Amino acid sequence: MSEKLTQEQVRHVAKLARLKISEDEVMLFTEQLSDILEYVAQLQKLDTENIEPLAHALPVHNVLREDVVKPSLSNDEALANAPQRDGEFFAVPKVLGDGGA
Amino acid sequence: MDQLTARELRDKIAAGQISSAQVTEAIFDLIEQRDTNIGAYISTMRESALAQAADVDKRIAAGQPVGTLAGVPIAIKDNMCTKGHATTCASKILQNFVPPYDACVVEKLKAADAVIVGKCNLDEFAMGSSTENSGLKQTRNPWNTNCVPGGSSGGSAAAVAAELCYAALGSDTGGSIRQPAGFCGVVGLKPTYGRVSRYGLVAYGSSLDQIGPITNNVTDAALMLNVIAGHDERDSTSISEETAALSDYLADIDKPLENLKIGVAKEFWQVEGLHNDVEQAVRAALKTYEQLGAQLVDVSLPHLEYAIATYYLIATAEASSNLARYDGVHYGHRTAEPKDYIDVYNSSRAEGFGEEVKRRIMLGTYALSSGYYDAYYLKALKVRNLIRQDFNQAFERVDCLMCPVSPEPAFEIGSKVNDPLTMYLSDIYTIAVNLAGIPGISIPCGFSENNLPIGLQIISGNFSEDKLLRIARMYEQQTDWHQRKPSF
Repeated sequence: MSEKLTQEQVRHVAKLARLKISEDEVMLFTEQLSDILEYVAQLQKLDTENIEPLAHALPVHNVLREDVVKPSLSNDEALANAPQRDGEFFAVPKVLGDGGA
Repeated sequence: MDQLTARELRDKIAAGQISSAQVTEAIFDLIEQRDTNIGAYISTMRESALAQAADVDKRIAAGQPVGTLAGVPIAIKDNMCTKGHATTCASKILQNFVPPYDACVVEKLKAADAVIVGKCNLDEFAMGSSTENSGLKQTRNPWNTNCVPGGSSGGSAAAVAAELCYAALGSDTGGSIRQPAGFCGVVGLKPTYGRVSRYGLVAYGSSLDQIGPITNNVTDAALMLNVIAGHDERDSTSISEETAALSDYLADIDKPLENLKIGVAKEFWQVEGLHNDVEQAVRAALKTYEQLGAQLVDVSLPHLEYAIATYYLIATAEASSNLARYDGVHYGHRTAEPKDYIDVYNSSRAEGFGEEVKRRIMLGTYALSSGYYDAYYLKALKVRNLIRQDFNQAFERVDCLMCPVSPEPAFEIGSKVNDPLTMYLSDIYTIAVNLAGIPGISIPCGFSENNLPIGLQIISGNFSEDKLLRIARMYEQQTDWHQRKPSF
């Protein structure tokens, strides 16, 4: 698990993370993330064969409440921080057609 | 004149001996004098603070009851939502974000009649150990302005140390309350995970994040915990009081613990880069406890050395998921001229996030990605269990553990920014505590040769904050480190 990260992998991860990164950042992150991955590879030394993964330190479970209507934000409050709004909606560039990925 | 403690101030205000308006004005005067140099606050709330203070004074004059923090000026880390007032997380992506609601802790402070002074600087999204990752400004250590205040709650700790408030709230994901408290010579408490509601705290690593107080002394930490602790149905990981009862953390605060057993792990002294001044100060503190009748017990935390690797996989994985919400659509920064809708995401995030946040999102995304999940994320969750077991085993034999807060005192601004891994390694003593979910406190225990504060960390079992605070208070009653203040 201590193989070096490639620039290609860094570009792929940036795409998964929806982050536009410059070529300078590709080089910087390739080096820094490789160092970090090399450091975290020490975990592989540990035998965890019969150890349960621990996602939460305390035994927390899904919490359900009665399905009753409670007060919530008004339309205007919910939209107040929108970078762009259109009436009652959040506005985004065209999604279908020529605007695709 | 020495600043009163929060508790003393509250009592004097409630008794009508001091007006909250006067005290609050004095705090804003000090902020004006000192904060250009320190940089603790991202924003202040003069108008609303003075209105809160006047309201408290009026009610006291009329003989009406007031809350447990009546009229006391308090600062809040700027990753907790304040209704109608910008909450930036020290990020350009949230620079103009004005929350439509208060965080649970902010509601509780207001209900206790605290006066909210302003919002403190932090490492962007609480990711960092020096507050140098703030996307908005620099904070300097009040003891030496060439040094960092620690992080990520560096603004909160610096504000308390520089007397720019009477107490503050911070948040702690891997040491972000305790380490800056240690660097600034004040008290920082990370409660048990789930003890304080995270509702309205901007999420970083959700299974690790916990809000807690930063104060001038242990008693004020107990006072603050009394106000902010408790179950909240809006945070599904908040622990009910049936599961773990709340205490009045002030009730027995001055009562020493009898037959105290302190665990000291040999691994604590084997940490690479442990500064001699820090080791000497912590060993002297242990001596003080022995003189108070405590017994030191050798324990072992064999997996402590894996805590940093474990943390940086789990925290970044959670961060990559949590920060996916910054999409340039609902709130926060949006790029000016997106090519298409995908570019709204890609460019808004690229422009809004700073370098460390990008690095952690990238690392977390990688750790969760197809083909690497088992080797990195799942493996880290298993090691997390081993780390928790180490602590559980130790707490079968001892009341608490004691160790340094960080291997060295505050370091110089700029000295570690280009080497993220070295910066991560400075979190060795604090990080395992978050992985295990248990409470930890940092209290002043001395100074380095260069006159920088040194912190003692005390760690105890789940939901034992009452005991933890009393243990810390025992030391404070014997020493005067907490009364020393930086000069201005």
